Parts: sequence; structure tokens; C-alpha cells
Amino acid sequence: MDTASTREYAGKKILELGATNPDLCVVGADLNKSTFTNLFAEKYPDRFFDVGIAEQNMVNIAAGLAASGKIPIVSTFAVFGSTRPMDQLRVGVAQSNLNVKVILTHAGLLTGEDGISAQSLEDISLFLSLHSFSVLVPSDAYEAQAAVELAVNTPGPFYIRLSRPATPVLNNKNIQLQQGGSNVMVNGSNISIFACGYMVYHAIEAAKILKEQHGISARVVNIYSLNPIDESIIIKCAEESQFILTVEEHFKYGGLHSLISQIVTQNNPVKVLSVSMNTYAESGTSDELINKYGLNFNSIVEKVLANLS
Amino acid sequence: MNINEINELAQSIRIDILNMTSNANSGHPGGSLSSADILAVLYGNILKYDSKNPKWEDRDRFILSKAHACPVLYAALAENGYFDKSELLTFRKLDSRLQGHAHIKTPGVEMSGGSLGQGLSFGVGVALSAKLDKKNHKTYVLLGDGELNEGQIWEAIMTAKKYELGNLVAIVDKNGIQNDRFTHEVMNLNPLPEKWESFGWECFEVDGHDTESLIQVFQSVNFENHTPKVIIADTIKGKGVSFMENNPDFHGKAANPEQLKQAIAEINNQ
Repeated sequence: MDTASTREYAGKKILELGATNPDLCVVGADLNKSTFTNLFAEKYPDRFFDVGIAEQNMVNIAAGLAASGKIPIVSTFAVFGSTRPMDQLRVGVAQSNLNVKVILTHAGLLTGEDGISAQSLEDISLFLSLHSFSVLVPSDAYEAQAAVELAVNTPGPFYIRLSRPATPVLNNKNIQLQQGGSNVMVNGSNISIFACGYMVYHAIEAAKILKEQHGISARVVNIYSLNPIDESIIIKCAEESQFILTVEEHFKYGGLHSLISQIVTQNNPVKVLSVSMNTYAESGTSDELINKYGLNFNSIVEKVLANLS
Repeated sequence: MNINEINELAQSIRIDILNMTSNANSGHPGGSLSSADILAVLYGNILKYDSKNPKWEDRDRFILSKAHACPVLYAALAENGYFDKSELLTFRKLDSRLQGHAHIKTPGVEMSGGSLGQGLSFGVGVALSAKLDKKNHKTYVLLGDGELNEGQIWEAIMTAKKYELGNLVAIVDKNGIQNDRFTHEVMNLNPLPEKWESFGWECFEVDGHDTESLIQVFQSVNFENHTPKVIIADTIKGKGVSFMENNPDFHGKAANPEQLKQAIAEINNQ
């Protein structure tokens, strides 16, 4: 299976959009090589601002640019761009509904050997709690590009969650995303699995194993837009499935499991099970971490088998 | 405006501040009164704006980073035609555009605030945008001295210097008192001018209640160079009302009806 990096492809898309959109700016915080916004910086130095290791400053500068009609992209790692400037995101961006695009890389568990300070397991919860932010979690490099395009072309604050490692390519090059959209990646009738980001790959692999080895038909929904969210597909799955399983590279509380559970309980209650992080992790390779902390396709298969009646 | 008109404007702003906060039975009169002369000079004589077209593209931007002092801004806006003065008494009431801390829903308010330390960074963004678009308008950011406790202010100070924002003017309302106590007790800022200068800013010091001196200092700013400027305005918290002056108790407390009468009488006698 081909792999590609969401952060690299997003960086290339930002560069591309810079050509047609003179208002596009990037504000970075000394991690622009890693977030691939250095591509934009090299081509458009006048519209690129490196404010140093100063994330709070970065967010309010972006707010000032947005208030002046620019379309600023805020770029750093997910751990530094979420928890640290949360107050600035809340008062400075969300409460004014400013046109700031927060595109953070190295989200989730897969920052490997850097250990727990670098593993962003809270960011989805935090951005969902900021009422006016749209939240997109692309499942592969092409969706990452589509997410950047959607965010830049849609007024209002956005958060886009990207990964560090190259991840499997699941979509074709021309995929387009919609606010509140979702994609059914695998059709199925017994149960439904909702996943976002890199976990969509593991959900698809799990569905294959369930089908081939156990005769279980699992639908896989790539729920890439978390706010707004596609309620209709969630309600449909609740009606048609024995249970729903959510899979996320994030803490259980405040993330995908919480979100889907809220919608299900208000409509057609079925069990909503979770594969997610339940503790701070440790240093390790990506594969070691997702195996040990139970986020891979085998864990998904086990969870489904243990709960089927 | 001539100097008499500016002084009258400052007086009206002070009375508005007292009426608004007392009517709301809350709010921050002390730090609003300390800024009253600064805003009277800015809105009377310095800023380019069109109160009937608050979003006019070429307007100068005034950013109230110490957003709890919004009564002074609302008063300056109303006194200069942004909205009717009668609206001032809706301050802090349900359905009002005049929120407890400044919010962009009010015509003429450039930034939503309420969490200190953010306004100078916002101003850097606004000034960067003006520079990028080769626009001549200026960006003024009013900071509290207590607010300078926030580390983010110093991040913004460095950034403004890096990007040579000669079109950016910070103003420090140095009234010497913050929420709990005197600023020199909470976190001593002195020597303040030397701090800004060592970060590469051009620094001016002025008596923040001497309107003639304020006009002179604002008019003397050279926007042709690429150096950001700071005007440190020495002020008195609660200025104009004897029992509020230099009294930390009136940072975040309004005058009661009896006190309000006395306060307005004092202002009218000045």
C-alpha cells in the first residue's frame, strides 16, 4: 500500500493556494521545516511570519491578520498549538469568529520516540470545546489537501489535525471534503465503525479481517468532519447496526467517542464502544505504540468479537 | 479639536464612565478613568476615523488590550458619534452591544478582549497586514501596566521589532495599581522605559493627564522610521474622583448612588 505524509501534502497544498490567493499568510513558531510551511515561506517570504517559539503570540498575530482581511494559517505541532495558546484561541479567535486556520501536525500518538509530552491526545476535545471552530481530521494525504482547500475557502476558524509519519493512502487524488461530510469506506450491515484520521486505515483493515475470517459485515465510516458532524450517517448506523464502535488516536473523553455517543443517545440508543487512548503512553516506534496501546486493527477486531451477540 | 474641546471631551468621558459603571453596579471605573485623557486626545485629535463608517479601510486602528477598561472606549466612541449616547446605559445589561469586556460586536471596537496580554500581538498582526498592503494607517494599542506581567506582551514586543513595525504605537497606561495591590508590590516593572528600549523600541514618557503634552507626544511620533514606538503615560488610577484616586478598591467596583453624586460633582468642578 502506498503511503504519504499528511503534513507534507498539506504543506504543498498551502504553497499551491498561495499562488491564487494573495491574502493567504502563514504564521509559524520555529517548526516550519517539520510542518512543511517552509515551502510557502521560501516562495512567499513577505506573507510568512516566524514569530519564534511563542505560540500564544502566534495565535493573536493571526487574529490581527484575519481582522485585517488576511487568511492566516497558524502552523506548529498539535501539542504546542492546542494546549498552550488555548486562551488565545478562545478569546482571541473563537469568540470573535475570526478567519484563522489552525493547521497542526504531529497529532495523536504517532510522534514515536519523543514520548508523552509530544503526543497530542487532547487536541480534538479542546478544539471541539471552542464553539465556533470547524474541526477536520483527514484520513490520508489527499484528504489533508482537500481539508486545507476547504478551510482556506470557507470563512471562519478551522482546526485541521495532521500526523507525523507517512500513512496509507486511502483516497484518490481528487477527493473533496465538505463541512459536516463523511465517507463510507466499507459497506456493512452487522456493525458500524466510526474512525477519523490514521485510524480509518486500521478500521478498514479490521473490517477485512472480520469479513474474511469471521463472516462479520462491518461498515466503516470515515468521519473526517467532527464539527459540524454528519448526524444523519450516525443515526442511520445506530438504526441499522447491532452496535457502533468508535476508533480514535486520542483520549476517550471529549473526542470521537463522546461526540458520537451524544448524538446516538439523543436519537436511537445502541451501544457505542470505544477503541481509544486511556492513559498517557511512552516513547516507542509508531507500530510498537499502537500495538501496545491497543489502537491497531487487531484490537478493533478483538473489541468487535468480544461484544457481538 | 482644540485643547478646550479635548478637555471637555475628557470630562464627558469621565462622567459617562461613572454613570455606566454605577448603573451596571459593576465594571472597572479606576482603570477607565486613568485612560480618559489618553482616549480624549486620541479620538479628539490623533486618530483618523469615520464614526459613520466604522470599518473604513484606511482608518487608524485603536486596540484596547486592557479590555476591562471598555467603559472609557464606549464613552469615547459614543461621544464621537459611533452610536447614540443613550446606549451607554445598556452597558453590561442583557441584549446590549456594550459587553462587560470589549467585544467586536460594538461598532468601533477592533478586538474582543478580556484576557490580558493578547492585544499587542493582535496589534502586531494588524500592523503587519497594513505593511503588507502598503497602507498608511497606524495601529495604536493601549496596555495596562499590570498587564505587562503577561509574558506574551514581551513576545509581541520582540516580534514588532523583528518586523520593523514603525506603524505600531503601544501606549502603557501606567496607573501603578492592579487588581490586588500596587504594581510595584505585585511585580515590579521598573525601570520600564529601559526595558522597552532594550528590546529596540523608541520610548516616550508623558504625563497621561496633561492633554497638551499627550497631543505633543502623539504628534511627535515619526512614522517614517521602522522602529515601533511606546508611549508610557504616567497616570493616576481613578483620576478625577478624590475617593477613587490611587485606591485599589476601585479597580473593579462601581460607585454607589451616593458616591456617584459626589464623583460627578467633583468632575464637573474641575
